[in-house]
Amino acid sequence: MATKASRSAARIMMAPAVVLLLGWMLVPLILTLWFSFTKYLPLRGDSIDRGLEWVGFANYGRFLSSNSFWPSVQTTLIMVGGVLLITVVLGILLAMLLDQPLWGQGVVRILIIAPFFVMPTVSALVWKNMILDPVNGIFAHLWRFFGADPVAWLQDASLSSVIMIVSWQWLPFATLILLTAIQSLDSEQLEAAEMDGAPPLKRFWFVVLPHLGRAITIVILIQTIFLLSIFAEIFVTTGGAFGTRTLTYLIFQRVIDSQNIGLGSAGGVYAIILANIVAIFLMRIVGKNLDA
Amino acid sequence: MGQIQLNQVTKSFGDTQVIPPLDLTIHDGEFTVFVGPSGCGKSTLLRLIAGLEDITSGHIDIDGTDATDVVPAKRGLAMVFQSYALYPHMSVRKNIAFPLRMAKMDQAEINKRVEGAASVLNLTDYLDRRPGQLSGGQRQRVAIGRAIVREPAAFLFDEPLSNLDAALRVGMRLEISEMHKRLETTMVYVTHDQVEAMTMADKIVVLHAGVIEQVGTPLELYRTPRNTFVAGFIGSPKMNLITGEEAAKHDAHTIGVRPEHIDVVESGGQWRGTVGVAEHLGSDTFFHIHNTGLAEMVTVRAIGDVSLKHGDTIHLTPRADEIHRFDAQGLRIA
Ligand SMILES: Nc1ncnc2c1ncn2[C@@H]1O[C@H](COP(=O)(O)OP(=O)(O)OP(=O)(O)O)[C@@H](O)[C@H]1O
Ligand SMILES: [Mg+2]
Repeated sequence: MATKASRSAARIMMAPAVVLLLGWMLVPLILTLWFSFTKYLPLRGDSIDRGLEWVGFANYGRFLSSNSFWPSVQTTLIMVGGVLLITVVLGILLAMLLDQPLWGQGVVRILIIAPFFVMPTVSALVWKNMILDPVNGIFAHLWRFFGADPVAWLQDASLSSVIMIVSWQWLPFATLILLTAIQSLDSEQLEAAEMDGAPPLKRFWFVVLPHLGRAITIVILIQTIFLLSIFAEIFVTTGGAFGTRTLTYLIFQRVIDSQNIGLGSAGGVYAIILANIVAIFLMRIVGKNLDA
Repeated sequence: MGQIQLNQVTKSFGDTQVIPPLDLTIHDGEFTVFVGPSGCGKSTLLRLIAGLEDITSGHIDIDGTDATDVVPAKRGLAMVFQSYALYPHMSVRKNIAFPLRMAKMDQAEINKRVEGAASVLNLTDYLDRRPGQLSGGQRQRVAIGRAIVREPAAFLFDEPLSNLDAALRVGMRLEISEMHKRLETTMVYVTHDQVEAMTMADKIVVLHAGVIEQVGTPLELYRTPRNTFVAGFIGSPKMNLITGEEAAKHDAHTIGVRPEHIDVVESGGQWRGTVGVAEHLGSDTFFHIHNTGLAEMVTVRAIGDVSLKHGDTIHLTPRADEIHRFDAQGLRIA
């Protein structure tokens, strides 16, 4: 978009989408903000029609002073970080593998993508009952086969288990994006590096990885948005117990347990703040890959 | 040092043999050009020498030692690719320094060599830019810079000028030739442009479907093409190849006369025809002549600006001592 005319044309054409998105985002955001400053307990007869009592920062204070707040932030960050690390690293490896001319490539690619089509609730159930179950799960059989005691995954290694399940779901996405990026790498660049005396690992480090920079950034940003709001996987497997209570899950519990919409909304605003901190942080470290 | 010797080298992709058994010696310090039509195996041959493709059979010696199974990096050859293959995320400086860094050379020496190469190639002002911020010609120079800092035994070029415009191409052609004179390093250069081949080469290798048709100096190929393929390929415009009655007069199956060896005369020439297209270049005029009864079209070069127009009758006389004769197999008759 180089000329003045094309720039303003672009602006006009983008305007409806921008307005729609703004409305889409602003209405719930403003409502959440409003509720978070009020006492809103529907079971006690509060309702918007009758007017809500303004309580200032009381909800925020209460949410923050709860014992579970900081642990939930920590759990959220560990979960998001863990899943990102696993999906990006394995995604790169798988993408490079799939880029090789191998037999039955088409079928293998579809198999790799398959987990992405499974609904989170279903995949969590499958993992819980078929794979991680300490008595009948596949892992339990495997452990027993090697003479080890089966691990009660969802109790003893609950956070790792959830990370594993979520990673399994998101790996196809990462692999797919990274695969298309790898396929666009000019093979002459690799050959030039080979002639220049770079062994395979250095070729990966100096040529392949920088080429993937932008794709990795996109994978990280998109996944972070979705991972911050992971819910079904936790609900189905541990119900937030054993240190798997993320901020999203904590908000859900607060609203359900105490039927306190004001308190839940305050938690929601904290979640927005956390998401923004994470986003700024990510933009700082990976965002520079997006321009140029 | 940089002598490259191919012995009975073949290359097949699956069942298709792209290079049938081939022998070739490239002497130290020689500027050798591989030329031939598209798809004849020039790039493949170059990549075999570089080690980027495995040869199917035969062996390659570099400086007298067998290099057939030596990895590309250890052959001491540097390659300049058609797409330049610069590393887009590295600055020009880092691009040029990359092979030295891989060789674990110390930083002071790297800096010295990079600065040296940059000043020779007029890149000093661009050292901190990325390849994406350079023009085609500058990128080309960076690619060459990356090759020369390694001080290789030989340079391999795969159509390095084909992405440049005509004026730049002529300039770079001269620069590469000059570089060769200065460095006196072996260079192997692939092109499908016979003008590049003629102007740059010490030795031209004409390839056709993977087979070497002829090896020789530019003038040898021009004066004594071994067969009709080489005769038609070398020289611009193309040599006129004439078969039939006219050839029989010279006891040959085919005769060849270059456009510049046919004189335009006022009247009473040996041949005559009607002028089709006339290309006036100022210094010369090329006439494409029809209805000669010799061939579909005969091309003639007249010195200076000859004022004959489309549809005019033209009289021609070929120079008797410049007629090439070929037999039914297309081979030259001495
Ligand atoms: N990886 C490959 N697999 C199969 N066939 C190939 C492969 N690379 C090249 N070929 C075939 O080998 C022949 C020679 O190819 P090559 O690239 O050497 O031609 P070239 O002389 O460099 O042509 P150009 O002037 O168009 O670059 C072609 O017929 C091509 O189809
Ligand atoms: Mg080629």
